[in-house]
Amino acid sequence: MILSDGLRTAATSVRLWFSPARIRAEGSTPDYRFSLANERTFLAWLRTGLALVGGGFAVDQFFPRLHSSLRASFTVVLLAGGALCALRAVNHWVRCERAMRRGEDLPVSRFPAALALAVGGLAVAVAVLALIGWTV
Amino acid sequence: MGGGQRRTAGGGGPAPRPAADRAPGLQPERTRLAWRRTTLSAAAVAVLAGRQLLHSRAPGQLEVALTGLVGLLWLAFTAVADLRMRAMATGRPAPLPPRLALLLVGCTLGTAVCGAALLVRTR
Repeated sequence: MILSDGLRTAATSVRLWFSPARIRAEGSTPDYRFSLANERTFLAWLRTGLALVGGGFAVDQFFPRLHSSLRASFTVVLLAGGALCALRAVNHWVRCERAMRRGEDLPVSRFPAALALAVGGLAVAVAVLALIGWTV
Repeated sequence: MGGGQRRTAGGGGPAPRPAADRAPGLQPERTRLAWRRTTLSAAAVAVLAGRQLLHSRAPGQLEVALTGLVGLLWLAFTAVADLRMRAMATGRPAPLPPRLALLLVGCTLGTAVCGAALLVRTR
């Protein structure tokens, strides 16, 4: 039940990304300042994604002493996280824009908490690896 | 002489821009700067991708092509940002067209995929 609801929401979101006219069609245009604030939030999330992608490159280039499989997994996790952040950025932007047009509450999300935990976990892992001397 | 300067600078003449259309809080300016920060982040990623190629031992054609693609994606990203930053010059910019948002996300995803391929190839 929860899964099918989730899938339906995801399908609606993807439809919205690719047919933007549907957003314009409903509700009324909000104050331009709110739209700009939403745009800045979108850009901030996009920068977060770009930072993670850049972090993936950085791990590969600046940790030469790290065991190659560990380095590869850090890199992949960071690149995938960056891609996920970028997708989430556009999804959240579309949902916020739609909610503002309809005059609804802004959507809530678990994503920031999940990202914080993931980044914290990665940081702890790197700290532990540094303490035990990188090469495992 | 100084008095004349004061008159021209702040003498109450009409501002060249339509001041009534400018809301407090400088929203378009802040948004333009957010775009600038974002293009700079994208540039940093593109530079790191180029560095990856330079530091690989024997880069082949595929690695060069992948790095070139990252560069092209960055160019597209910057072009979209430039387009949007020009829209910010008006007093009340229209909302961001979703097409542009999708283009940016596409560029970011493409960079991540090219980066993954590049990292695998240059190990």
